[in-house]
Amino acid sequence: MLILECPYCGVKAEETELHAGGEAHLKRFGPGSSDDEFHDYLFMRENPKGVHFERWRHVNGCGKWFHAARCTTTLEVFGTYTAQTSAPPQEIRDAITAKRPGWSWREFE
Amino acid sequence: MKRYSAFAVAREALRYHTGWERAWRNPAPKRQYDVIIVGAGGHGLATAYYLGKNFGITNVAVLEKGWLGGGNTGRNTTIIRSNYLQDPSAAIYEKARSLYEDMSQDLNYNVMFSPRGVIMLAQTEHEVRGYKRTAHANALQGVSTEWIEPARVKELVPIINLAGPRYPVLGGLWQERGGTARHDAVAWGYARACSAMGMDIIQQCEVTGVRSEGGRVIGVDTTKGAIDCDKLGMVVAGNCSHLSQMAGFRLPVESVALQALVSEPIKPCMDVVVMANTVHGYMSQSDKGEMVIGGGTDGFNNYTQRGSFHHIEETVRALIETFPMVSRLKMLRQWGGIVDVTGDRSPIISKTPVQNCFVNAGWGTGGFKAIPGSGWAMAELMATGHSPLAEEFSMMRFKEGKFIDESVAAGVAH
Repeated sequence: MLILECPYCGVKAEETELHAGGEAHLKRFGPGSSDDEFHDYLFMRENPKGVHFERWRHVNGCGKWFHAARCTTTLEVFGTYTAQTSAPPQEIRDAITAKRPGWSWREFE
Repeated sequence: MKRYSAFAVAREALRYHTGWERAWRNPAPKRQYDVIIVGAGGHGLATAYYLGKNFGITNVAVLEKGWLGGGNTGRNTTIIRSNYLQDPSAAIYEKARSLYEDMSQDLNYNVMFSPRGVIMLAQTEHEVRGYKRTAHANALQGVSTEWIEPARVKELVPIINLAGPRYPVLGGLWQERGGTARHDAVAWGYARACSAMGMDIIQQCEVTGVRSEGGRVIGVDTTKGAIDCDKLGMVVAGNCSHLSQMAGFRLPVESVALQALVSEPIKPCMDVVVMANTVHGYMSQSDKGEMVIGGGTDGFNNYTQRGSFHHIEETVRALIETFPMVSRLKMLRQWGGIVDVTGDRSPIISKTPVQNCFVNAGWGTGGFKAIPGSGWAMAELMATGHSPLAEEFSMMRFKEGKFIDESVAAGVAH
């Protein structure tokens, strides 16, 4: 069972209190974008074996969206952070590097 | 390969069963094959089998990083049905179901196909309308299903509680020729038949890289060395994103955990398969007497082959309402498999941006029932470059907007 700490209300919530919201830091494409960009935005998702960044909502708590950095092969949580950002903050990246040296994900931004 | 038969059993009985052969060879990989299939699960082995049987291509290797049939093939709830709404889905699942009917004879291996019938319960008005529509669609597709009223449901499933407080049973979609089969035996039967045709099934051989030249696949790197091939088929379910990345393209797939559990064995009490999609639960009784129960998927990416406990609780809670006797059962085992889920919850059987590289993935929560049909279509696609059954399942459909709008495909209970 996953336990994530909500960065807003500070509650360590287990997963029945939360709702998973899919890949984090998606760049949105709409009218005016190319077919490829729109296709990738709608359907292509990162599906890594290892470090992953996701959106979660503290649905049965404060109700706010936040981000989580997690490992998909061990279910280890590296940290949670605010939703008001388009890339993980340095301390989250450092926390991941400490445990998974050389990790990579798709480019942020 | 010595054929299995009643005579063989009698012959071996007379000599203390010393004459049985290994069901398949365990060879070292050759340098080169015409076709390499990655993934020795049901779909991969079926692909290899129909390449040999239908197209005479037998210089084939099936590579498996673990042991054959050890992934989702050995982890599902063994349900076989084909009562889908959309034509492409109904066509491939009905092909699969019909191939299951004589699979034991075809493979000379008892896969214990049991066409005991499958009911999908309608527990909301929406489902009633949906299943009536599916029954009409099935009539046009030549798939034998019927809408049945609650009284008939009770007759087929005496242990059911029709008047549940939250989810009363309002009827059901009944497919009399659906059922179950022994999932391991399906993989073993295909493996034995492939091996007998001279194909190499290479276990504990993980693919670590895909080599291509000028946009065309030329081979793979593995933990047992480099192997060349003319054509490559990727049939690795939950790991398909990982493998496609090695080949240099992406798939519109996310991998999540799906769980199942079985109870202690009890006396026969239910001789059909019952699915309750509103509450995300389905149940059948195995030949050993265990109640085999499947539930819903987790909502987040996961490669651990174990799921979250609360999903079991939700599934069992819902089933208890519909089957009150379940509340007295002890559960023996619980496990998870990693299922690959696409954007429209329908599978991908497709050519890829890399020439001569083919992918069969995205079966999500509904792969087992499709194994023979999927292998049939994938083999045809790989051998001839075109398969009518696979046509609509191209990975290009997402870009083209030609989704398969399979309304029952909520990512569960396929």
